[in-house]
Amino acid sequence: MNNHSAAPNQKRPFWTIARKDAAAGFLFIAPQTLGIITFVLIPLGLVFYYSMHEWNVLANTFTFVGDANYQMLLRDPNLPPVLLASAIFSAGLVVLNLSLALLLAVLLDQKLKGIVVFRTLFFSPVVVSLVAWTIVWSFLLQANGGINGILAVFGIEGPNWLRTPTTAMISVVVVQVFKNVGLNMILFLAALQGVPKELYEAARVDGASPFKQFRRITLPMISPTILLTSIITIVGSLQVFAQIAILTKGGPGVSTTVLVYYLYQQAFQFNFFGYGSTLSILLFLIVAVLTFIQWQMRKRIVFYEN
Amino acid sequence: MRTDLSPRLRVALYGLMCVLLIPFVFPTWWMITSSVKPISDIFAFPPDLWPRRFDFSTYQRVFELQPFARQYWNSAYIAAIVTAGTMVVSSMAGYAFARIKFPFSNAIFMIVLLGLLIPSEVTIVPLFQMFLGWGMINTHWPLILVPIFGAPSVFATFVMRQFFIALPGELEEAARVDGLGRFKIFWTIALPLAKPALGAVAIFTFLHSWNLYLEPIVFLSSTQMFTLPQALTQFTDAYGGAMWNIQLAAATMTAIPVLLVFIVAQKQFVEGLAHTGLKG
Repeated sequence: MNNHSAAPNQKRPFWTIARKDAAAGFLFIAPQTLGIITFVLIPLGLVFYYSMHEWNVLANTFTFVGDANYQMLLRDPNLPPVLLASAIFSAGLVVLNLSLALLLAVLLDQKLKGIVVFRTLFFSPVVVSLVAWTIVWSFLLQANGGINGILAVFGIEGPNWLRTPTTAMISVVVVQVFKNVGLNMILFLAALQGVPKELYEAARVDGASPFKQFRRITLPMISPTILLTSIITIVGSLQVFAQIAILTKGGPGVSTTVLVYYLYQQAFQFNFFGYGSTLSILLFLIVAVLTFIQWQMRKRIVFYEN
Repeated sequence: MRTDLSPRLRVALYGLMCVLLIPFVFPTWWMITSSVKPISDIFAFPPDLWPRRFDFSTYQRVFELQPFARQYWNSAYIAAIVTAGTMVVSSMAGYAFARIKFPFSNAIFMIVLLGLLIPSEVTIVPLFQMFLGWGMINTHWPLILVPIFGAPSVFATFVMRQFFIALPGELEEAARVDGLGRFKIFWTIALPLAKPALGAVAIFTFLHSWNLYLEPIVFLSSTQMFTLPQALTQFTDAYGGAMWNIQLAAATMTAIPVLLVFIVAQKQFVEGLAHTGLKG
């Protein structure tokens, strides 16, 4: 690259500051942008392309079948229960996670000695290896495991948690909530500490009860954080895989087979790459629609945003 | 809502928090104590909160049943490279999107943000085929390249951009008047100021890589290449039953080092998370 600005008789050098900046900008974003093109956009196009093909790995054939995989999707008897399981899992996770996170954040926001110790302990599962955490819970939730052992001490006969459809679903939700609720807890805590103290003082002068203060001041003031955490949590809940694979393998039956796990089974256990790709498209559409709805809600329900 | 609390309320709050702590703390305790119980005591009734007999041979068995040291190294070096690589890629991209004017920057940023919308689960099938074509199946390349350059690093770029946007511009302007180039400004002025954001990015990238499970089981097939999360599920007897105490010993060795680092540096962890672009 010639640096023309050094040439004496040239009035307007090619490498102006603006052009240098533009070049630097493109260089700086190049690794990330090329990465997104290579590892996200091209694969997304390929997923769509694969989803219109019948792909037999054993016979090594790859034939165009148009919308046949999508027809199969609509007729797949497993799909309604899989979508139901995903919906129950995501809804249960978001509701439990956000309400527990908010409760813990309010508790940690109190003026109490040693509160940092509690904060550290509530947050600690976030840094425990996900698979290690899930294995311990799997051990605890065995029919003769720790939880039923403790229940039996009190004369209660616990269910076989991971082998009964309802309790299996409850188990995978709860295990995931305790693992990650610390993240949302910290975000809520930061939001609570950002609410101007004067608002509460004014409310107290007016005689508002603590409950009323929480409902009328705290909740509206932290609503941007509630929205943000709900987006992160819902999108995260659609990606849950290790917990299902280790705790229940999608069972009993298909009661805990969420969409990602079903996709994995179809593509990598049964080698139905075409149909697996169709399921990927479905997963992508669900994530996109949910994110869109939540960003629309942002305009309506979020009150105070800078 | 910080008000001064009556002593009675204070006791009630401590009590409530201690009860709530049980499901957060007990599993880790149970993992550590059960990992040193002989297999005959593992399902003892009533449950032993403290082992009645100790059997430390479980820790030795972990290394006999799996190439566990090798697997540990795999996880550690992959996480280290991914963390360092993501810090470089995301801080450069985040800085450019926040501070440098160049054509189409907003449009390109929107395209990059698509990575947040498209979780790697959606693209796992074509990624598998791509890496198969490149002869990189059963190597660590997919676990290194995709997180550094692909969807997982977009969140880091977003965090860095939010940080650099909030940074006052005067320092940079002064440097520009002195004729410093963009890279110099980025390296000597902007980046040192971004240490808190970089710290948060490092922590989350490390944890993400350390916890990766779907990708390793899709891309890796030989035990020598396995990462820890994958290795932890391999401790089964000839009938496929879990060898609980050995498995929990391996899980303890996986979890405890990160947990200790966290306890020492918990302030950085928690505040890094709370005060980075995450707030919106």
